[in-house]
Amino acid sequence: MDSDKLLPQLSGIILEEQTGLTLADVCRACAVHAEYIIELVEEGVLVPVGNEPVSWRFSGVHMRRATVSLRLQRDLGINLAGVALALQLLDEIDSLHARINVLDAE
Amino acid sequence: MEFKDYYSIMGVARDATQDEIKRAYRLLARKYHPDVSKEPDAEARFKEVGEANEVLKDPEKRAAYDKLGANWKGGQDFNPPPDWNTGFEFSGGGYTGGDAAQFSDFFESLYGRDFSAARGHRAQSHARGEDHHARVLIDLEDSYIGAVRTIALQVPEVDAQGRVAMRERKLNVTIPQGIRAGQHIRLAGQGAAGFGQGKSGDLLLEIEFRPHPLYRLEKQDVYLDLPVAPWEAALGTALNVPTPNGVVEIKVPAGAAAGNKLRLKGQGIPSKTPGDFYAVLKIVLPRADDEADKEVYRNMAAQFKSFNPRSKLGV
Repeated sequence: MDSDKLLPQLSGIILEEQTGLTLADVCRACAVHAEYIIELVEEGVLVPVGNEPVSWRFSGVHMRRATVSLRLQRDLGINLAGVALALQLLDEIDSLHARINVLDAE
Repeated sequence: MEFKDYYSIMGVARDATQDEIKRAYRLLARKYHPDVSKEPDAEARFKEVGEANEVLKDPEKRAAYDKLGANWKGGQDFNPPPDWNTGFEFSGGGYTGGDAAQFSDFFESLYGRDFSAARGHRAQSHARGEDHHARVLIDLEDSYIGAVRTIALQVPEVDAQGRVAMRERKLNVTIPQGIRAGQHIRLAGQGAAGFGQGKSGDLLLEIEFRPHPLYRLEKQDVYLDLPVAPWEAALGTALNVPTPNGVVEIKVPAGAAAGNKLRLKGQGIPSKTPGDFYAVLKIVLPRADDEADKEVYRNMAAQFKSFNPRSKLGV
């Protein structure tokens, strides 16, 4: 185990807690065109702060949602509306699971 | 090398139509998609299904695969017979399933020509390396105070002979204070190497908490079941209670009922808006083992004659 101490110590950021990301930041991180992110906003999958695409500010949670949307579309052949529905249901399932976890005392 | 039974992976008969294969793939892809599935081996299954689909959906690859014969069983030791694919012409460009680099040795031994062609093509551009993903189990306490954890990952690597082998890669990673289950730590540049002059990808670590013997979590709130005696609940008391921050004193108000939540504000998982800590009261009854104990319960019954715990049931 001692050799483990010699490994370089890596620090990262918490992806979801990034804030103030611009449209360009999100596009770069997800390797997609701005049009794709704009479509996601129009579909209500992402809800950035700000009115115009130039003033939009995203968070790490948005970035993650965009990546997941991209993968779902690519791998499952569903359209954007389907992706939006899937993400909404996944969110609900997650919060239900969290509730069950708390209630499931014994 | 292990033989892969693509038909059994897809759950279809050997004479399935292309439509049946497409349907089976869609069904399995939805079931095992790593972003959707809660199955523990979802990612591995998803890759396997993707590989099976890559072969079976393409009539040329499928015909070549079928030529191996129906007697092979999944997991059997396999070496492709010499010239097994003569007489087949692959039109190439068949890698629509995205991640050909994830396909098995078995796949590569059969369709390797296309595989290396695809790779050679990529090497000429300057693409950014892929992001790698891994799941990491930490303890709740690690999130409260932050920690450094040694993490062992299995990484596929191409050796000098061009074979893909799994190698263990160890990392010391700082667990930031306040991280929650489901969040990701991004380690920039620790993913796959880029192609050409492209930058390396990132390593994304998805955080999961080990189940804790005492605490349960909902987002950043932490819950503890706090057992109390009936008289403690009825009369009120102050109790020592464990929290991930250490033992604290909690006041139980007189007249507390089972299920009441006592909140310690800001004592949940730390962050800019920290979570709360909840002690959920559970009333535990002492057993009436001897005559003296029973007498206490009989006195209670006499004292609380008008108490009907079932009044809400209308009986």
